[in-house]
Amino acid sequence: MTSTRTPARGSLGSGFVTAAKGRLQQLLAFASLIVIFAFFSIASPYFFTYDRFVVILFSTVVIGTLAIGTTFVIITGGIDLSIGTGMALCAVMSGVFIVKLDLPLGIGLVATVLFGGLMGLVNGVAIAVLKIPPFIATLAMMLVAEGLALVLSDSAPIYFSDEPGYTKISTGNLIPGVELPNAVLVLIVVAIIAGVLLTRTVLGRYTYSIGSNEEATALSGIDVRKWKIIIYAFAGLFIGLAGIMISARLGSAQPATGMGYELQAIAAVVIGGTSLSGGRGSIVGTLIGALIISTLNNGLQIMSIPQEWQSVILGCVILVAVYTDILRKKEA
Amino acid sequence: MLTQTTESSADRPPLLEVAGVNKSFPGVRALEDMRLELRAGEVLALVGENGAGKSTLMKLLSGIHTADSGTFALAGQPLRITGPRHATELGISIIHQEFNLVPHLSVAQNIYLGREPRRGMLLDERRLVRRASELIERLSLPLDPNAVVGKLTVAHQQMVEIAKALSYDPKVLIMDEPTAALNDAEVATLHELIRRFVLPDTGAIYISHRMEEIRRIADRVTVIRDGNYVDTVDVGSTTTSEIISMMVGRTLAENAGPQGVRSGREVLLEVTGLSTRAARNTTQLKDVTFDLRAGEILGFAGLMGAGRTETARAIVGADAVTGGVLTLRGRPVRIANPADAVAHGIGYLSEDRKRYGLLLDKDVKTNVTLSALRSRFARGGFVNDRAVRATARSYTESLRIKTPSVDQTTKFLSGGNQQKVVIAKWLARDCDILIFDEPTRGIDVGAKEEIYALLNELAEQGKSIIMISSELPEVLRMSHRVVVMSEGRVTTVLDADEATQENIMHFATLRPDENARDAVELGLDPAETGAETGAETGAETGAETGADERLADREGGA
Repeated sequence: MTSTRTPARGSLGSGFVTAAKGRLQQLLAFASLIVIFAFFSIASPYFFTYDRFVVILFSTVVIGTLAIGTTFVIITGGIDLSIGTGMALCAVMSGVFIVKLDLPLGIGLVATVLFGGLMGLVNGVAIAVLKIPPFIATLAMMLVAEGLALVLSDSAPIYFSDEPGYTKISTGNLIPGVELPNAVLVLIVVAIIAGVLLTRTVLGRYTYSIGSNEEATALSGIDVRKWKIIIYAFAGLFIGLAGIMISARLGSAQPATGMGYELQAIAAVVIGGTSLSGGRGSIVGTLIGALIISTLNNGLQIMSIPQEWQSVILGCVILVAVYTDILRKKEA
Repeated sequence: MLTQTTESSADRPPLLEVAGVNKSFPGVRALEDMRLELRAGEVLALVGENGAGKSTLMKLLSGIHTADSGTFALAGQPLRITGPRHATELGISIIHQEFNLVPHLSVAQNIYLGREPRRGMLLDERRLVRRASELIERLSLPLDPNAVVGKLTVAHQQMVEIAKALSYDPKVLIMDEPTAALNDAEVATLHELIRRFVLPDTGAIYISHRMEEIRRIADRVTVIRDGNYVDTVDVGSTTTSEIISMMVGRTLAENAGPQGVRSGREVLLEVTGLSTRAARNTTQLKDVTFDLRAGEILGFAGLMGAGRTETARAIVGADAVTGGVLTLRGRPVRIANPADAVAHGIGYLSEDRKRYGLLLDKDVKTNVTLSALRSRFARGGFVNDRAVRATARSYTESLRIKTPSVDQTTKFLSGGNQQKVVIAKWLARDCDILIFDEPTRGIDVGAKEEIYALLNELAEQGKSIIMISSELPEVLRMSHRVVVMSEGRVTTVLDADEATQENIMHFATLRPDENARDAVELGLDPAETGAETGAETGAETGAETGADERLADREGGA
């Protein structure tokens, strides 16, 4: 964005080329999204409609929110496996705050998001202070969250029937005249905030630095331990938000629905060109990755392809996406 | 005791002969017309400064690299070594400075790694242990074949390496700095082993920096310098200082010596009694004490493993310390991590730029502004991209960093320009104390001059610079004072006018124990006296000391 404002210099051309190279994976991902979309539009007469478009966006919200948060973690070279069951726990917490403790809606929502942040904080401390590898630390948190969600809800769904405003968060329609559910707006706003934070702030810059070369970052005088905790806690906020979005969509907190979401979210991040070895990635890429996954799921459903095959196809898409990324890096 | 065998074997063809060997790496001529002659029945020491070509020669003999030209012969038969395995089959066993052991396997498993006895498809563990026991007994080493290697002391690991090397029944045994991690008693044991190995038809090459040890164990010594053969002399008829001057006998670069004296300046940083814990692959610091003045370039000289990098890392809090006080501008400061060091204005430029200095996959502007990002280029957490770009541009201009733009990924820059990016990072952070670890390593000659000019300029501006360098001419040319380290201790601090290659090498090869220090005070040549007393006491202790005592010695002596 700034490059358009800088005066024309010799450096501009090469700067543009570097920027374009960096965007290539995103362009590729976006092109695949278009291709997939075109394919389903041709294959099924019911696919290419505004309603279908909204449905796909709507079904991207939960995975997209989780994926955006975990993009930060993955750029540092870490991983977070606890986001799926953590989301279920946050949904249950939302039920506890709003239904069981009868807190005002606004306070309940903020408390839920902060609870997600707390989970992230615990992950961050385990990883940065206790030096437990991220895979293990968040695997432990995944199991703890799965159990706690069941314990705190007595293994039964918590219904928000007395709080009609709650489902509006997801299915309401804030903009009059345009048929766009609030959930999609939430995703868009969250993505913009995350994108700005990742590209324009110290937090984002350090996220990339740590993933690129943790030792060099530490020797540059940056308190890597502190920043890792901050990044994990920050990513945790998105777990809390995803918990709200999924329970608002269903009208209830389902304590046993989280498992599996973490892998879908990580798949979205990877398809979007974020490197699991750290240092590289973007929010736009992650969003496209999440859209690819929900478009695939939706399109295959319409074509009446059994659910079992959807996983098989998604698995192949991940392989192809990551392999093209590797090919691209070899060329560079 | 070994002179007889040397004489009788003089008329036979040499056991190992290297002649006219050349070896180049891209941009570097590593060896030029190299020669070496190992006679049967002798221990030949090979000495030279860091980078003289010893390691390259070893790698040629072990088949890791292939020579560009030249001949090798074993007992008169021409040799063509195709790989490490081939070398051992031919009868050349090499013990490298870095151990090649698998820490999770047992002693026996390590010794016979890759040639395990089998019964059908299965491993024959019992035969493996029996073979290892026989070998260990034959060598009378205090090792348990079933012990897990990772849990052994460094000295015992060294013994496993030796057992492994000797299990091939080699004709030629080559050891690269075998005593770097050993104490006196352990050294004596090792020497005893070597003496027993060297029979009329075998020989050993002993690479070491320690003159006293060479005097004790070697019959002859071959000196190499800058990839060239210098001479081979009898140890008995040559003094230590003669050997040292053969090692360093290189003319100095022009316009040598720094300008002006800094003794009157304010002391900026005092380091007192800095010590660290013993750890694998690093040198333990013992009571490191020195001071750094404003506007001074303080050179740090020493051989590999002397503890110079460890000192730097300890000062900036990158590694834990067990003792010592840092006093900055007269006030004691506590530095627990590099972030504290930077907050106090101390920046460390690692010798390994790619690993510790740069974000290689990020662009120039990100690297230049990384350290100062929060303090200079951000407001309310938001990065001011325009300031980042402008600052990066101004540094690429003032330091003449050759890059198409500040958006260029740093991995595509040359070594010299990468180094300048790292320097720019610390200048942007406005540090008063800069610790340069091997500032010109891997940098071509022209860029070196620019880095030198930059260091001088920084010192003129009043910045204090610690310059760790393994290149003596560089140390002499740049430093106002020179701290010389050996084996984790400071052995001396020399003013520019008293520093010469010879006396730096002398203090760098000193074993900084009590005897040696006394000898320096008495004005004696400590290496000479050390050699004589050491030879006698060493032989005795070596024969008598058992494994447990050695272990105790190691811990006590450390």
